[in-house]
Amino acid sequence: MINIGEIKKSLLSALWFMLLTFPIMVIRVNTIDHTIQWRWERLVWVGGAVFILSFAWRYLLRRRQASARQTVMDIQTRGLVSHLLQRPREIFQTPSVRRPAMGLALVFLLALPLIFSWNRTILMTNVLIYVVLGLGLNIVVGLAGLLNLGYAAFFAVGAYSYALLNHHFGLGFWTVLPIGAGLGALFGILLALPVLRLRGDYLAIVTLGFGEIIRLMLENWNDFSFGPSGIDNIAPPGLFGLSLTLQQTHTFIYYLMIALTTLTVVVVRRLENSRVGRAWVALREDEIACQAMGIDKTKAKLSAFALGSTWAGTAGVVFAAKQKFINPYSFTIWESIMILCIVVLGGMGSIPGVMIGGLIMVLLPELLKEYADYRWLLFGAILVLMMVFRPGGIISDVRKAYAFEAEEEEPHHG
Amino acid sequence: MADMAAPALEVSQVTMDFGGLRAVERVDLVVRPRETVALIGPNGAGKTTLFNCITGIYSPTQGRIQLTAADGRVMALKGLKPNQVTECGIARTFQNIRLFQNMTVLENVMIGRHCRLRSGIFSAILRTSAMRREEAQVVKESYRLLQRFGLARHVNEFAKNLPYGAQRRLEIARAMATEPSVLLLDEPAAGMNAQETQELVTMINQLKASEGLAILLIEHDMRLVMQLSDRIYVMDYGKLIARGTPQEISRDPAVIKAYLGEEEQ
Ligand SMILES: Nc1ncnc2c1ncn2[C@@H]1O[C@H](COP(=O)(O)OP(=O)(O)OP(=O)(O)O)[C@@H](O)[C@H]1O
Ligand SMILES: [Mg+2]
Repeated sequence: MINIGEIKKSLLSALWFMLLTFPIMVIRVNTIDHTIQWRWERLVWVGGAVFILSFAWRYLLRRRQASARQTVMDIQTRGLVSHLLQRPREIFQTPSVRRPAMGLALVFLLALPLIFSWNRTILMTNVLIYVVLGLGLNIVVGLAGLLNLGYAAFFAVGAYSYALLNHHFGLGFWTVLPIGAGLGALFGILLALPVLRLRGDYLAIVTLGFGEIIRLMLENWNDFSFGPSGIDNIAPPGLFGLSLTLQQTHTFIYYLMIALTTLTVVVVRRLENSRVGRAWVALREDEIACQAMGIDKTKAKLSAFALGSTWAGTAGVVFAAKQKFINPYSFTIWESIMILCIVVLGGMGSIPGVMIGGLIMVLLPELLKEYADYRWLLFGAILVLMMVFRPGGIISDVRKAYAFEAEEEEPHHG
Repeated sequence: MADMAAPALEVSQVTMDFGGLRAVERVDLVVRPRETVALIGPNGAGKTTLFNCITGIYSPTQGRIQLTAADGRVMALKGLKPNQVTECGIARTFQNIRLFQNMTVLENVMIGRHCRLRSGIFSAILRTSAMRREEAQVVKESYRLLQRFGLARHVNEFAKNLPYGAQRRLEIARAMATEPSVLLLDEPAAGMNAQETQELVTMINQLKASEGLAILLIEHDMRLVMQLSDRIYVMDYGKLIARGTPQEISRDPAVIKAYLGEEEQ
């Protein structure tokens, strides 16, 4: 099982890392008494950890390749049970399993505020906000294949449109909700217009820049956005003029997010299997062939950006209402990356995938609060592992299968 | 006679430069309705580049490209975007297969129908009855097309999982879904074995018979070219060096020289 070559390679990586991290890990200059402290024991730690990680990595890779070969070789000889275990998706897709499972999940979600504490409800509201954001970004990145690293900007557009309209004109939540969505779409188009010709890395860089511009503007244009101090006292959403306690408001926002998430799922599901949605996927798959098949590339890109950012705008309005206070630091590049992680981790193009991704990305840091400093390290590691071992995400994209009655086999060709 | 009919596709004096490289030089070419025309020539002669000029992927440096629809409408194609050219009635396949790999076989064909359908974002979100009717219709039509091309048993498979020959057929099916009046095939038999090539010939013959389609095809397999085409154009170094019936071309000294010259290298 253990392979000398792999041990050698792992040793080599360990040495490399020891060398590279030597200056920061080992040497410590004490500027007060002008002495240098040598922390050699740390070098041992680095070497050991890198060796073990690298070895485990190679072992897993080898196992993965072996299993890939095996599936080709003995798919028939494999027992029924293990075959079924291999296909959880197919099991889940049989209506007799799927319907009760979905029903149970829905009942659980609806009952959540009654079962769990107030804090948990707020946390779940957060999960749902990120699921909506993930589903929106999924249109742009997962379906249309346009890498967007500035998505948090559209989230900010929604949040600030509610905060500002509420602050200056006293407009209510329900009035601003569609306005926020519309402004999200408008900014989506504004970003899409200059980047129509760009693809891949270039697109990523420009969208990243766009996101930063919006954030910097919010941070520095004090007269407009109140700068880094943000906007306070944002009104909570109204419910037929009833006066709600703080706790009731949060429960209300939770149910509101359930409704919004359901709406998003329905809309995205309908879109992805429509003429427009198919055009997005075709654009992702092959831009030249897509045009040659009669799809207007410009229209497809604009509509993907517009619809994707509509959801960010909508989620932004709810976010502002929930937080009651917003400032530019909620909309940094890290926010965009976090949402992108949800999409990539869950499975690009897959709605259930994005929902699971949102759940993991929001709950995991909460569970590992003590390790908060290592959050991004952890996310990074997860993403790298996913890219290597499951590039399609937790749930990879499936396209709709159509049923046909068995008609007579094709006229020519055997 | 076919020769008397007005041309369906007319390419006149088309030139395409890439920086200093003149890939296509003053090429004239016509394809008449119901006719199959072959475009042959050594590697790098500029055949694919000419296809790209016709289909709007490149905008030719000079020249005119004109399509006459069955109802007599005349359309200038130069300067149109690729999707507009497709809407006018030209469809194509690619030399190196460009299917939508992670879409199903049926969806690939449904994409071909895209430009003949109308439903948009809002009708999709609201699932209007017009949209559902259109959707049911396109699924049915696409499935029929797959049946005709011997691909029905693969409907819900990802295009990337199809065997090579089936992928080539799917590309033609997808092109036919756009309802073209002129079909451009770029080396449809490349990489096929003898049996697959023969099936392809049968298929193209059926297309000619049933659709009244004009076909322009690039191909290196001379047996297939001789079997299928009514007329042949020969290109070398971006220029047309000969045109004529298969018999004339196989005797043409310039053509023989272009091909033999290539073999000597
Ligand atoms: N986008 C481009 N930019 C620069 N040069 C190009 C481009 N496309 C094609 N060429 C050049 O134009 C010439 C003609 O290429 P083309 O692909 O049209 O040849 P072809 O006749 O289709 O050859 P083959 O039989 O190998 O497919 C080649 O010299 C090629 O390098
Ligand atoms: Mg070519």
